[in-house]
Amino acid sequence: MITGTPKPIEEVLEMLEPYDNIIVAGCHGCVTVCRVGGEKEVQVLASTIRLAREAAGNKINIKEVSLERQCDPEYVESMRPYVGDYQAVLSIACGAGIQFLAEKFTTTPLLPGINTGFLGVTERQGEWAERCQGCGDCVLHLTGGICPVTRCAKSLFHGPCGGSVRGICEVDKEIKCGWQLIIDRLKALGQMENYGKLKPYKGWSSARDGGPRRIIREDMIS
Amino acid sequence: MKSGSNLEKVLAAGHFSVTAECGPPRGADPEIVRKKAAFVRGHVDACNVTDNQTAMVRMSSLAGCMLIKEQGIEPLIQMVVRDRNRIALQSDLLGASALGVRNLLCLSGDHQKFGDDPQAKNVFDIDSMQLIHLVRTMRDEGVFPSGDKLEGAPQFFIGCAVNPFADPFEIRVPRLKLKIDAGADFVQTQCIYNMDKFKKYMEDARKEGLHEKVKILAGVTPLKSAGMAKFMRRMVAGMDIPEAVIERIAAEPKDKQAAKGIEMCIEQIEELKEVEGVAGVHVMAIEWEEKLEEIIGGAGLLPRPVLV
Amino acid sequence: MLPCTGRIDEALLLAAFENGADGVMVIGCLEGDCHYISGNIRARARVERVYKILEQIKIGPDRIRMYNLSAGEGERFASYANAFVDQVRNLGPSPINLVRSTNAQSAVQTAVQGEAT
Ligand code: SF4
Ligand code: SF4
Repeated sequence: MITGTPKPIEEVLEMLEPYDNIIVAGCHGCVTVCRVGGEKEVQVLASTIRLAREAAGNKINIKEVSLERQCDPEYVESMRPYVGDYQAVLSIACGAGIQFLAEKFTTTPLLPGINTGFLGVTERQGEWAERCQGCGDCVLHLTGGICPVTRCAKSLFHGPCGGSVRGICEVDKEIKCGWQLIIDRLKALGQMENYGKLKPYKGWSSARDGGPRRIIREDMIS
Repeated sequence: MKSGSNLEKVLAAGHFSVTAECGPPRGADPEIVRKKAAFVRGHVDACNVTDNQTAMVRMSSLAGCMLIKEQGIEPLIQMVVRDRNRIALQSDLLGASALGVRNLLCLSGDHQKFGDDPQAKNVFDIDSMQLIHLVRTMRDEGVFPSGDKLEGAPQFFIGCAVNPFADPFEIRVPRLKLKIDAGADFVQTQCIYNMDKFKKYMEDARKEGLHEKVKILAGVTPLKSAGMAKFMRRMVAGMDIPEAVIERIAAEPKDKQAAKGIEMCIEQIEELKEVEGVAGVHVMAIEWEEKLEEIIGGAGLLPRPVLV
Repeated sequence: MLPCTGRIDEALLLAAFENGADGVMVIGCLEGDCHYISGNIRARARVERVYKILEQIKIGPDRIRMYNLSAGEGERFASYANAFVDQVRNLGPSPINLVRSTNAQSAVQTAVQGEAT
């Protein structure tokens, strides 16, 4: 899923200073699962903003909404009838959702209420970790199912580097060395021969480096 | 001859070779490089010039190479893949070769978080293994990786670093093999203090015949004090300094520890000379270049052979 | 009706303040005694989150507190309640209520002034 963290409330309040009539919009997708942008978070954030603003003598009116997904046009459209009645939308969906609203509602300012993080997994309740950078050319079959692009701090294709010590990455003692993980797994799978092969230079054009990406599936376009 | 470098010639002639290292200054003052060069000249077959090591910004490696070359020292340019993508790397390789740099060391580079600019973007477009391969392709096939013909192929004696003590243990030798497959002509090892472990590494490498495919230069760093030894053991990733080594230098009074460090380094070089497959030493006298003559001379490795 | 403190969420607690509460006291069963296993533990975590929010927006974190009691501890309940009420009294009305009462007063004043002229 796409993960994120709430923006500090001071930052949100600062963004909202010019407005007194806004929408706080959540999303039932990833951000609900990682508990940063769902219906509940909309309620809490709206309530927090109202309290802070009223205490500061500067009341704000907030409409609370939660879309099924902010990244699909049909759900976004459901906001159209009333979006113009408000001065701004504070969205706590991921960056994609926020932008999609901005794109659809061209005259309404869109404000981000969360910092979008990464594509990751829930390692345990309250802890998420990155797994994939969406490089557009997956090599997991060669690396024991562990991503060198994401899990190695240097995205090396022939790790580990000299900084790997007892399975820990040189960058931080909380980070496991991705290459140690890959090697352990290749060994467990009996695929160490994959380690000894020289891998071609990674083509980054399928990643973000090739410019903003687009997927077109002719078979699905009606 | 692949590059015609002095280092390559010395090794090819079967001499036990010596390299050292010079860190360029944190500033634009060329005099600092020249001063260091004066301590190096005549004592080595080539001298490494580091590339923003530990991600601390320093004068560029290429500029440092040119400054020591002017002083009559054969430069060995270090290149990390942390800061440059393949376009910049290729371009700098061509430039370095054009300016007469003939030795190259391909490295990953310490993560930027250790240096001046932890907020910098990390590049790592290709890794150090692929850099070796890229240079080899350019040198031997006279083409860019894209396949386009080069207007003059760069000439480099291609090196890489290995850490015989790194984790995980089981890939140390396969990794060296991989670097040879990629195109490495020589390797310089991480500084060695644990001689038993290093000898075991060499034994494993010999079993695969790797010492015949690549020139192995064993890295040594003289210890200035017991404090430095302890600091290195604690702070430098993958540094293996056995207790016995530390005890030996710690047994000396503080003012005699430096001399002891040099004595131990000389002993170690003597011992390395006897290890089958070790083709030379890489003496990293960190900010202690003035002792190079004493160390290298003490190990009976002076004068350096002059080949044409 | 709440069957268990586990049903109390942050939004509800904040709503109490929006509705004019100067303080909110949450009383759950003793830890380990929850009929729904961990309702009161969850409630504690939520109260803590609201505590932090109140601190950040300067309403004052000490206006919320969680207590654990068993059903038979009437006296203790009374003493907790008295202590909490004293604490909130000391803090005075919440900033929200302060703003609201000044607004109300000035509204009355304006009205009075309006009549006088
Ligand atoms: S190789 Fe690319 S697509 Fe596959 S997991 Fe890694 S980043 Fe994601
Ligand atoms: S220590 Fe491991 S994960 Fe960290 S940069 Fe080196 S190889 Fe990658």
